[in-house]
Amino acid sequence: MMIPACRLADLPRGEAFRLDIDPPVSVFHTDDGEVFAIDDTCTHQDASLADGWLEGCEVECPLHSSKFDLRTGAVDAPPAKLPVRTHEVMVEDGVIYVRVSTDAPNLPPCVAARLAAGPA
Amino acid sequence: MRTVAVVGASLAGLSAARSLRKQGYDGRLVVIGDETHRPYDRPPLSKEFLAGALGEADLALETDGEDLRAEWLLGTRATGLDRAERAVRLADGREVRADGVVIATGAAARTLPGSAGLAGVHVLRTLDDARALRDELALGGRLVVIGGGFIGAEVASTAYALGVDVTVVEVAPTPLAGPLGETMGGVVSALHADHGVRLLCGVGVKGLSGETRVDAVLLEDGRSIPADIVVVGVGARPCVEWLEGSGVELDNGVKCGADGRTSLAGVVAVGDCANWYDPRLGAHRRVEHWTGARERPDAAVAALLAGGELEAGMPRPPYFWSDQYGVKIQFAGHAGVSDSVTVEVGAVDDRNVLAVYRRAGVPVAVLGMNQPRLFMRWRKQLSAP
Ligand SMILES: Cc1cc2nc3c(=O)[nH]c(=O)nc-3n(C[C@H](O)[C@H](O)[C@H](O)COP(=O)(O)OP(=O)(O)OC[C@H]3O[C@@H](n4cnc5c(N)ncnc54)[C@H](O)[C@@H]3O)c2cc1C
Ligand code: FES
Repeated sequence: MMIPACRLADLPRGEAFRLDIDPPVSVFHTDDGEVFAIDDTCTHQDASLADGWLEGCEVECPLHSSKFDLRTGAVDAPPAKLPVRTHEVMVEDGVIYVRVSTDAPNLPPCVAARLAAGPA
Repeated sequence: MRTVAVVGASLAGLSAARSLRKQGYDGRLVVIGDETHRPYDRPPLSKEFLAGALGEADLALETDGEDLRAEWLLGTRATGLDRAERAVRLADGREVRADGVVIATGAAARTLPGSAGLAGVHVLRTLDDARALRDELALGGRLVVIGGGFIGAEVASTAYALGVDVTVVEVAPTPLAGPLGETMGGVVSALHADHGVRLLCGVGVKGLSGETRVDAVLLEDGRSIPADIVVVGVGARPCVEWLEGSGVELDNGVKCGADGRTSLAGVVAVGDCANWYDPRLGAHRRVEHWTGARERPDAAVAALLAGGELEAGMPRPPYFWSDQYGVKIQFAGHAGVSDSVTVEVGAVDDRNVLAVYRRAGVPVAVLGMNQPRLFMRWRKQLSAP
């Protein structure tokens, strides 16, 4: 399913938009003008990558500085060890759409436990 | 360069070994560590691991199947560096000849004189320390933490969550005043009182009482605080004794340039044992934080492989985080050089704060409590060259 995220014009370069689905997904607009979508939750702990430091095609986690490659989801260094999922992005009529991957997400233990427990 | 020896097999040592391979070094790589464990992560030792939420397997720093093509000499202490022979001497009499040496021996917890051999008294630096403390905390009782720094505060916070009765004793009038300054040190350490953890400031510890097991902490003002468990969190000292007489200049750890190069060619130092020159500060500073131990080896390895032919880049300002009582605390920069600190966003009373430290109006440091997004923006701004 394609989910509309936001208008491309509303997402300046260097910024991220968090799509509040479960688990959340973030759309990044790089300084080079490319658009990528990855899982928003860091695989180490409960941090939002949309709050991170975007540089080139990498985003640095705001808490402990592991970096994720927006193109592949790969992580560069500890403390995170697992990649995030990447999602297909489409821009149509100025709107960014995301097709959420059907792979299982690599959620950090604290978030996985919370989701397993169901809504509070 | 045909052989590189990395001494110290923790975060900085592993990061150096990884950088070497990533930067194309193809020769022999020997990693020497005195602990028997594979490289593991220390921050959870005072947090999730101590609380029982993470197990030992979760602490591993290496990823599954990672192979750095290194020889691992674990459970082996380095006792000397022989500059003439270009060799690292080991406690078991062996030696490792190497053209390049990375010093990554970190720091060790300071202890309290006279506390050796008294049951119930702990420090917290290693996995073995954390296991012992975790097992005792599980029995409950009264915990006295000596030292209101980050490790002490995290232990207090974790123990409080486990239902333990906690008192923190701090000799300075305000905890954390060193790293955060008086004002913000006070704000962060107010977290203790929010949770009913007693904080006694401005009073030194005279000693411990107990026959075989500790039963109280004796204060200099004559008070005696009953204790079943004591954690001594009074800082760490760099592990550099093994370098004495080697020709590597020592001064509060290993004295290094802005790229980790030491006074000996072919020898670099990284992590908690290294006193790096900080061009932003115009002075040397030894930083005991995770992110520096993880990142600076990249620059040190580049300098080592280039044999001194490389301009040192501008490192990012020191950064650390701490988790206490469910609050995410983040700090970057140097509070010590500031002349003002202002809360830009949030409210001190809510323990939700973004504070900026300035010197002559120019931002030099930033503190966040539960403000990861804004904090990241400020940190980025501080890092601009
Ligand atoms: C409990 C705890 C919690 C922490 N929490 C945080 C946090 O929340 N945020 C943060 O930013 N930082 C935190 N830190 C700090 C962070 O863990 C350190 O900065 C980091 O571990 C430094 O890495 P290092 O490799 O330089 O040194 P170390 O991790 O100390 O490793 C050095 C290694 O070298 C070995 N060694 C020493 N001497 C020799 C020798 N002669 N021969 C061979 N091996 C030797 C040691 O045994 C050790 O294994 C915490 C530290 C502790 C202890
Ligand atoms: S939460 Fe992202 S690296 Fe720790």
